Amino acid sequence: MDQLTWTGSAGTVLLPVMQIAVLVLMLALVAKLLFVLAGLDVPRLPGPDGTIAARTPGLFASLAIRYSFLAALGAVLLTLAAGAVMPSQVEAGILGSMAVRFWPVWLALAATFVLSLRFRRRLGLYGKLFDSTVGMIGFAIVMFWVFTAIFADMIITQDPFAQLSGLKNKVPGIAAPESAYGWYLLGGDHLARDVFSRMVMGAREVLKIAPAATLFAFMVGITLGLPAGYFGGKLDTFISFLANLVLAFPVILLFYLLVTPEIRDTGIPIVLAGLLFLFPIIFLTVLWNSRYYTNPPQRNLYVGITLVLGLWAYSGLAFNMDPLGVWSMEPNMLNVFVSVVFVNSPGVFRIVRGLVMDIKARDYVAAGQTRGEGPWYIMLWEILPNARGPLIVDFCLRIGYTTILLGTLGFFGLGVSPDSPDWGSTIDDGRKLLNLFPHPALAPALALMSLVLGLNLLADGLREESLKD
Amino acid sequence: MGLFVLRRLGVMLLTAIALTFVVFYLTNLQPNLEKLARTEGSVRMTEEAVQDWIAQNGHSGSVFLRYGQWLGVVPGWTYTDEKGQMRGRCFAIGQDAAAAPDYCGLLQGNWGFSTFFKTPVMASLGDKLAATGWLMLAVMLVMVPTSLILGVLSGMREGSATDRTLSTFSIASTATPEYVSGVVLVALFATAATGISPILAEYGLIEPKKTLFLASATSAMDDITFWNFTLPVMTIALYGIGYIARMTRASMTEVMTQQYIRTARLKGVPFRTVVMRHALRNALIAPFTVIMLQFPWLLNGVVIVESLFNYKGFGWTLVQAASNNDIPLLLACSVVAVVVVLLTQLISDIGYVFLNPRIRLA
Repeated sequence: MDQLTWTGSAGTVLLPVMQIAVLVLMLALVAKLLFVLAGLDVPRLPGPDGTIAARTPGLFASLAIRYSFLAALGAVLLTLAAGAVMPSQVEAGILGSMAVRFWPVWLALAATFVLSLRFRRRLGLYGKLFDSTVGMIGFAIVMFWVFTAIFADMIITQDPFAQLSGLKNKVPGIAAPESAYGWYLLGGDHLARDVFSRMVMGAREVLKIAPAATLFAFMVGITLGLPAGYFGGKLDTFISFLANLVLAFPVILLFYLLVTPEIRDTGIPIVLAGLLFLFPIIFLTVLWNSRYYTNPPQRNLYVGITLVLGLWAYSGLAFNMDPLGVWSMEPNMLNVFVSVVFVNSPGVFRIVRGLVMDIKARDYVAAGQTRGEGPWYIMLWEILPNARGPLIVDFCLRIGYTTILLGTLGFFGLGVSPDSPDWGSTIDDGRKLLNLFPHPALAPALALMSLVLGLNLLADGLREESLKD
Repeated sequence: MGLFVLRRLGVMLLTAIALTFVVFYLTNLQPNLEKLARTEGSVRMTEEAVQDWIAQNGHSGSVFLRYGQWLGVVPGWTYTDEKGQMRGRCFAIGQDAAAAPDYCGLLQGNWGFSTFFKTPVMASLGDKLAATGWLMLAVMLVMVPTSLILGVLSGMREGSATDRTLSTFSIASTATPEYVSGVVLVALFATAATGISPILAEYGLIEPKKTLFLASATSAMDDITFWNFTLPVMTIALYGIGYIARMTRASMTEVMTQQYIRTARLKGVPFRTVVMRHALRNALIAPFTVIMLQFPWLLNGVVIVESLFNYKGFGWTLVQAASNNDIPLLLACSVVAVVVVLLTQLISDIGYVFLNPRIRLA
């Protein structure tokens, strides 16, 4: 079996195209920047006599940027597509073979986009996202990783923990005769494991924690931020002081103090979990009660369901005492989760508080107060829905930030098992031999970067679209 | 104004005390002390001996009292063993206990003795802080001008192609944490295996087997050169550039829609002069606050980059102290971090009031 090349047989044609396009793109970008700085780049506006001025050099640079970028992108996409029709991995190359491995993801992505574009006018803010190019690109990247996490078992070429002899630190595309697939697409790491499969499995590790932790942080931040902003006074001063306290802590110091094996013996993570996990239950109970308290049967139903399900999950997640054994969390996972929620919630609190202070001066809040609605009804059913735009945007940004935080934890080897495939600890494993073998660290690094970039672009698109409302 | 500063200082002091207490509490947890006893005493100590060691070395009793001793507002502990030998916080074994001062804590300038480096904390932290200071200075020199130029360029014509390109770059740079950009930069510029160093070597621009930049900044401790310092500085700066550039852009676009800018344009003032003379000064108020508040973030970046590039500064010391259970050193590190964070917050608040005459606080 031969070693795979990056682009396979399609590369003989496409590789030169790609190289030239990238070179032109670089030159054009530099030229454009120089033109802008030199003041040569002015918009083409009609002059006083109604004629359009000659094209400026800056404009030519812009055109060069656009076309060279499209050419480079086209060449990459063609290489990926060529992989699908090539008969074997050798002809498909590394990129082509990877594209083939991701087939469930492409299928799911295509289905999502076709359905969403078809019904986008009926889907509210989510549908509006598809009006913005930036938002769509971001959404596509995020959903790529979400589907990768879901279908990870079908995508991997090799057990992410298996070590095959002779493949230690080998370059991407190396033949792996012992493996069922036959190749290590992105090479082997320092323990001769498959970098590609570990990267794919890492997506699952990251996406298992980051969105959930962000959601919990939002529950805590909203439940505390609403009354602080609405009532103000001593309550506000006190909670704000606590929030500023946590925010003034350098995050890494806090992680080094909160995520250690020693601290698990003292039970502090469990106490924190018991405190923080209570907030979603409080939030939902108050939410239902404030709306339906005039209709006791309905209220009792909703609050009852919330309490039964919530306390059941609570007993399992926080104290690992679920009588039925459905809900549970490993101690080190709980420690990481709680710390990330703890670090994130003061930021959410500050945003919610600011939004509430802004919105509570509106007329519809005064109308609600005049109608005799209770404060919690006004906060949860009048103010919160009207603050949803900035909150959704912040939610996307914060998932990205949480991903970065989890990566930081992994990078310092805090709270994760040593051979876990999550991106942070894989980068940490790879960095020791970075000078000689950069590929084991590069794959998870680029994966993490693209996920966070996707989330930021998505947030940007959402912000643009929600401002248009 | 004076009252405002005074009140801010009061809250700051309260925050500093609360934060240092939390750090003190979390570093002096029972399992940490037991670990310390085993590293300082012997690994094979019995459970009982460990408890005795903790009691004899002033680590038992109320956490508030111990915090007070560390701070220097409660008299230091003393212990007389069965041989009649006295030990205490304020004097070494064998010294005269009567001659030693009663109080010896942070306020008296006694930062303790590092159990990992085996030196007084002050001595081991001082030159480390200086090293980090050089790093920070270089980062600021790169980050602030770059991000302001990028922000102003993209903000002066909102929606133009330049704006979109630069905004995409800013978003990409905020999406790249230091441990990712560090790895990518090393792979691109500092390995003989991949990136552009082999290409340059092929064309004879650099010596064969050499790299464009060095992937380790250890040598920069003695002698800072372009070769060994570029990558750590760029790694920290990149993450901040995007954020400050976006803030500058937001503030610049807001200024550019103001009435006085339109008036100036209609008077026939060249666009360049409008930007340089009329818009820039007002657009730079908000980024000042952002740059000051960026310091706590830089602290994170410093910790990551110093461990990645093996530069023995403050961040590296913090990691060593934390992973080796060096309680006095970790406490000192956290005091430095907390003071830096709170001071920058104060400066940004006061500076904002000074720069923006529309804001008058109590």
